[in-house]
Amino acid sequence: MATVERVLGKSIKRREDPRFITGRGTYVDDVRLPGTTVAAFVRSPHAHARIKKIDTAAALKHPGVVAIFTGKDMAGVNSLPCGWLLPGLKVPPHMPLAADAARCVGDPVAIVIAETQSAAQDAADKVKVTWEVLRAVSATDQATAKGAPQIHEVAPSNEAFTWQIGDAAAVDAAFRGAARVVKKKIVNQRLVANPMEPRACLARYDQATGDLTLWVTSQNPHVHRLLMAAFVLGIPEHKVRVIAPDVGGGFGSKIFLYNEETICSWATKQIKRPVRWTSTRREAFQTDAHGRDHVTEAEMGFDAHGKIVGLRVKTIANMGAYLSTFAPAVPTYLYATLLNGVYTIPAIHAHVTGVFTNTTPVDAYRGAGRPEAAYLLERMVDAGAAALKLDPADIRKKNFIPKFDNGFQTQVALNYDSGNYAAAFDKLLAMVDYRKFRHEQEAARKQGRLLGIGFSTYIEACSIAPSKVVGSLGAQAGLYESGKVRVHPTGGVTVYTGSHSHGQGHETTFSQLVADELGVPMESVEIVHGDTGAIPFGMGTYGSRSGAVGGTAILMSLQKIKEKGKKIAAHLLEASPSDIEYTNGQFQVKGFPGKSVPFGQVALTAYVPHNYPEGLEPGLEETSFYDPSNFCFPFGAHACVVEIDRDTGQVKVLRYLAVDDVGNVMNPMIVDGMVHGGIAQGVGQALCEGAVYDDGQLVTGSMMDYALPKADMLPMYETDRTVTPTPVNPLGVKGAGETGTIAATPAVMNAVVDALAPLGVDHIETMPLTASRVWSVMKSAKR
Amino acid sequence: MKLPVKMTINGQTYSHEVEPRLLLVHYIRETVGLTGTHVGCDTSQCGACTILMDGKAVKACTFFAVQCNGAKITTIEGLAKNGELHPIQQGFWEKHGLQCGFCTPGMILAACQMLERYPKPTEEQIRHQLEGNLCRCTGYHNIVKAIQWAAEQMAGKK
Amino acid sequence: MYPAAFEYHAPTSVKDALKLLGKLKDSKLLAGGHSLIPMMKLRLAQPKHIIDLGKVKGLTGIKEEKGAVVVGAMTTHWEVESSKVLKAKIPVVAETASVIGDPAVRNKGTIGGSLAHADPAADMPATAIALGFEFVCEGAKGKRTVKVDDWFKGLMETALKDKEVLTTIRIPAWPAGSGACYMKFPHPASRFAIVGVCAAVTVDKKSGNCTKVGVGVTGAGTRAVRAKGVEAALLGKKLDAATIEAAAQKAAEGVDVQADLQGSVEYKAHLCRVFARRALEAALKRAQG
Repeated sequence: MATVERVLGKSIKRREDPRFITGRGTYVDDVRLPGTTVAAFVRSPHAHARIKKIDTAAALKHPGVVAIFTGKDMAGVNSLPCGWLLPGLKVPPHMPLAADAARCVGDPVAIVIAETQSAAQDAADKVKVTWEVLRAVSATDQATAKGAPQIHEVAPSNEAFTWQIGDAAAVDAAFRGAARVVKKKIVNQRLVANPMEPRACLARYDQATGDLTLWVTSQNPHVHRLLMAAFVLGIPEHKVRVIAPDVGGGFGSKIFLYNEETICSWATKQIKRPVRWTSTRREAFQTDAHGRDHVTEAEMGFDAHGKIVGLRVKTIANMGAYLSTFAPAVPTYLYATLLNGVYTIPAIHAHVTGVFTNTTPVDAYRGAGRPEAAYLLERMVDAGAAALKLDPADIRKKNFIPKFDNGFQTQVALNYDSGNYAAAFDKLLAMVDYRKFRHEQEAARKQGRLLGIGFSTYIEACSIAPSKVVGSLGAQAGLYESGKVRVHPTGGVTVYTGSHSHGQGHETTFSQLVADELGVPMESVEIVHGDTGAIPFGMGTYGSRSGAVGGTAILMSLQKIKEKGKKIAAHLLEASPSDIEYTNGQFQVKGFPGKSVPFGQVALTAYVPHNYPEGLEPGLEETSFYDPSNFCFPFGAHACVVEIDRDTGQVKVLRYLAVDDVGNVMNPMIVDGMVHGGIAQGVGQALCEGAVYDDGQLVTGSMMDYALPKADMLPMYETDRTVTPTPVNPLGVKGAGETGTIAATPAVMNAVVDALAPLGVDHIETMPLTASRVWSVMKSAKR
Repeated sequence: MKLPVKMTINGQTYSHEVEPRLLLVHYIRETVGLTGTHVGCDTSQCGACTILMDGKAVKACTFFAVQCNGAKITTIEGLAKNGELHPIQQGFWEKHGLQCGFCTPGMILAACQMLERYPKPTEEQIRHQLEGNLCRCTGYHNIVKAIQWAAEQMAGKK
Repeated sequence: MYPAAFEYHAPTSVKDALKLLGKLKDSKLLAGGHSLIPMMKLRLAQPKHIIDLGKVKGLTGIKEEKGAVVVGAMTTHWEVESSKVLKAKIPVVAETASVIGDPAVRNKGTIGGSLAHADPAADMPATAIALGFEFVCEGAKGKRTVKVDDWFKGLMETALKDKEVLTTIRIPAWPAGSGACYMKFPHPASRFAIVGVCAAVTVDKKSGNCTKVGVGVTGAGTRAVRAKGVEAALLGKKLDAATIEAAAQKAAEGVDVQADLQGSVEYKAHLCRVFARRALEAALKRAQG
C-alpha cells in the first residue's frame, strides 16, 4: 500500500484559504438571522463627565426604533470582571452601560435598537445626554500627580496597584560596584491593535429553550461565555453558546469581554429578537482595548568590560479608565518577569505602578508586556555599549546566557526551557555581513549620510501557561487547553480544539499534526474551533499558545485514540495489544507486516463492535486537557538597517533581517508569515503608530490619523531560523505568533540611534520616530 | 424617499428601491447579500471594500448606491470563472498572501487593477499601488510575492 | 457609518444642475465624493440635498486648446494621471495626479472636486498655483473665469460661489525650455501632503536665465499659496544651486503654517524650504533636459 507522505514540518498551503480568496468566509457581520435588530450606542464625547440626565423621548419616537436602554435599565447586571487580581489591586466597577459617569471618550451610556442600522444611528443622535463635564487626566505620568482628578472612588490618587519583583538590595549593591550605571527614560507609547475586522456581535435569545447564542469576534469564545454567563449576566453557562466564526485578526484586542456584546446579549432577551452590532473603525479606536503605554526609568549597571551587573526598573503603566479583562497581568507578570532577557544579569529589581486615566482601557496587544521588556533591555544594552564605547554586537555576546538544554533560573521568577542565544545571533551577523556593513557605514558617514544598524536579541514567554503558576500569581483562570478527537465510523477525523484561529491557520497546521500521527490524508481531517456548542472547553488563542498548548492537547488525544485502536486491532488480529504497533495508517503485529488492519477498519469496528474486545467501550473518541508544566521561551536575533534623510528626518528601512528560534516548526510557511506580520507591527510602533490624547480626547482616532504601516514603507524581510526544541511539550514547539512584534521595535530604534550616533545621539525617549521627531532630535543634537 | 437602482453584479442584474444614503458597500452586503466585500474603516483608508466598477478598482464605501445606477460591478465572489480561480486568487493561496482573510478580497481586486495597468510591476510599483489597501497580518511580504507570482502566470498565458 | 438622510438629484446637464442648485436649500454638489462622502459618513456634513454631477454631460475629458490643456472638472485623477495629452504637454499635472490618495481614490476622485473642495493638504492646488490654472465657473448668469491667484480663499474656501458649478479647468502650457516638478512629503496615514511643493521654471537657452517661474506650496497652512518670495528670487536670475538654495529659503514666507501631530510650525516651514529646493532642482533639470 502507498505510504502516506509526512506533512508536519512542511509548508503545506492553507486549507482555509479557498473560502477567503473567493469571498466566502463567514465573519460575524456576515451572519444573517431573520428578525434581527441593529444596535447603535450612545457614547460619551467627554473624557470625564457626570451623567445628569439621559432623555430618550425624542429618540424613542424615531421611526424604526425598537427599544432604548440606559444603565439604569440594566439593574441586576454586574460589572465586567477583571480576570487577574494582583495583591492590593483596586478593582473599580465597570458597568456595561455607564450610569453615573463616563470615564473616557466612547464610554457607552445607552443602547439604541432599531429595525435598521440607519434608524438606530439616527435615533442615537436624538438621545439627549446632559453632562456635567469633569476635569480629565490622560497622561500616564500625570495620573497620580497632586491635583489630578480622581477617576474612581476605590482608587485614591488613581493608583490601581503597585507591584514589585526581584531583589532591590542586590541591585543597590551591584550598582555600588559597577564601573558605569546608565540611566534612561523610556516611553513605550500607547498603541491600537487595529485588526482589519472591527469587533462585532450578534446575540439571539431563544424563548422556547431559554438558550442564548452569541456570535462574537473572539479569540477565546469559552472565556467569553464563562465571564459573561457566570460573572455579568448570571445566566447558567450551559444555556449560553458562544460562536466565534471566521475572525479577521485579533492581536489581543479580541481576547477581552467588552461592554457591547454583554449589552446585546442582555438586550436580546428583553426585546425577544436577535440584536446585532458592528463596530465602526471610529468606535474601534475608542473602545478596543489599547496596548503598551508605559513610562519607565531604567538603570543598567556594567563592569569595566561591559558585563551587566544589575538592572533597576521603575515603570508607570497606564490601565486606562477601567481594568480590562487581563490588564493587570500585562505590565507585571508578562513584563517584568522577562527583564532577565537573554543575558546573565546577576541582580534585577522592577517596580510597577498601575494607574487609572481617562483613556480607553489598556490590555494585551500582540506581545503584551514582553515587547515592553525586550524594548527596554535592548535599548539599555545599546545605551551601555555607547557609554562604554563597545560594539553593540560585542556587548551582547559578552552577556548572553550560555547555551543550555534544560532549564535556566532567572532573577525574576521564570525558568527558561532551552536556549542557544549566541547561535541565533551569529547566524544573524553572518546574514547581515556585519563587518562589511560597518565599512559601508563608515564610507557613507564620510559622505554625510546617516546609515545605521540596530540589533535586537530577545526572548519571550509563550505557551501560556502552567495553571498552577499563573494561579499563584493572580490569574482567575487555568490556562490549559482542550483537544477532542472524534474518529468517525468511516475513518474520517474531526478535531475539536479550544484554540481559536483568527489568521493563524489552525485548520492547516492541526490537520498536518493529525495526518502525521494517524497516517491519514489531511483531506480526511476536519478542524473545528470557535464554538462552545461543539468544543468541550478552551482557553483560546493568545500568547503564542495554540501550537504548544492546543497542539499538545490534540496530540494527547491522538495518542489515546491509537492506544484504544491497538486494543481493537489486537482483538481482530488475535494478538496482544502490547505487540501491536501503529505505522503508516496500519495497526500491525510487530515484525509481521502482513498481519495488520487499516485504521479505517479499526474505526468501523469501534462503532460496529460485533467482534470486539471484552469490556472495552465502543466508539473512538478521546478528549484531553493539556496543562503545560512550564512556559516555553522562543528567542532570536533581529537586525534592521536604516537610512535617515538629513533634510526631513524621514527614516527608511533598507533591510530587515530575522533569525528566530521557535523550537520545532509545524508549517514553515505559516511561521514565516506570522514573523513577517509581527515585524510590520513592531516597525509600526517604532516609526509611525501611536495613540495620542489631548486632554482626554483621542486625536489619533481614525485611520487617517493613526498610521498603520503600509506596503510602501516596508522592505522584503530576510528571515531564517535556528531550532532549539523545547523539552516542555512533546511537539518541541515554543510558539511563533509574537516574535516579530517583540523583536522589531527595538531593532528599528537601535538602528536609528546608531544612524544618529555621529551627531552625538545615544538615546531617544519617545516613539514613534516620525520624521518630525527625528528631525527635532537631529536639531537639538550635540554635534 | 427611496429611489430605484439597477446594476449588474458579477453578471447578474439586480433592481431595488433604496434610500439615497445607502452606501454601495452596504447595498452589496445587506441588500444583495454578497458578504465577501468587507468594511474595515469609515474614512476610505483600508481598502477592504475594494470592488471593480466598470473595470476600475474603487472603494465601495465611498459611493452611494444610487450613484451606481447602470454600473457593472465585480466583487470577489465573481472573480473566479467557471470554478477556476483567477491567477491573483491562486497567487494569494500559493504564496500565503493572507492570514485572517479580511483584507484579502480588497487586496485581490486592487491587484487586478494593478496588473491590468502594470502587467510587469516592479516591487516598488506593487507597494506603491497598494497604498490604498491595509493589511495587519502579513506585513505585505507575501502579498507582494503573490502579486509577482500572478503577474508571471498572467504573462505566461498571453 | 450611515450618513444622515438626504434627497438625491442626478441632473444630466449643467443647466439642470444650476437650476437645482438655485432651487434647493442646503444642497451640496457631489463630484467624485472622496471628500464629501467620508464627511457625511461621520455626519460632520449633513446636507439635505445632494446634486450628483456624475451624470452631467460634457464635464469630463482632456483636450488641447490654444496653448492650453482643458480638463473637464469631473475628469478623474486617474484620467489626468494617465492622459497622453497631459503627459506630452504638461507632464507635471499627470505627475501630481499620480500621487493623490491611492489608486482606488484616483479612479473616482475628480480634479474639479478636489480643487473646489480645497482641502489644505490636497496635492493639485500646489500645481494649480505654480502653473497658473484657470477655473471656468458657470452660474445662472453665465460663465466666468477665475485665475488661480484668486481661487484659494481660505480653509476649504474658494472663489466658487454657492450657486455655481466648476465646469472646466484650463491649464496653460508653458513655453519651450520649461520644466516642472511636484514633490510631496506625505502624511504616513492619510497620504495627504504634510507639505507639497510644485515648482515650474522656464530657462532661456542662451542666457541660462529664468524667464518664468511658478511655485505653489500646499499642506503646511490652511490653504495652498504661491511662494512669491521664491519666485522673485529666481526670476531673471541664472539658475544655479546657490540661487535655488537661497530662493528656497523663502518658501514658507506667506504660509500660515499650522502645527499638528506631524510637526511643529518650525518643522513644517523647514519642509517647505526643503521641498521647494528639491522641486526646483528637479524642475530645472527637466527644463534643461
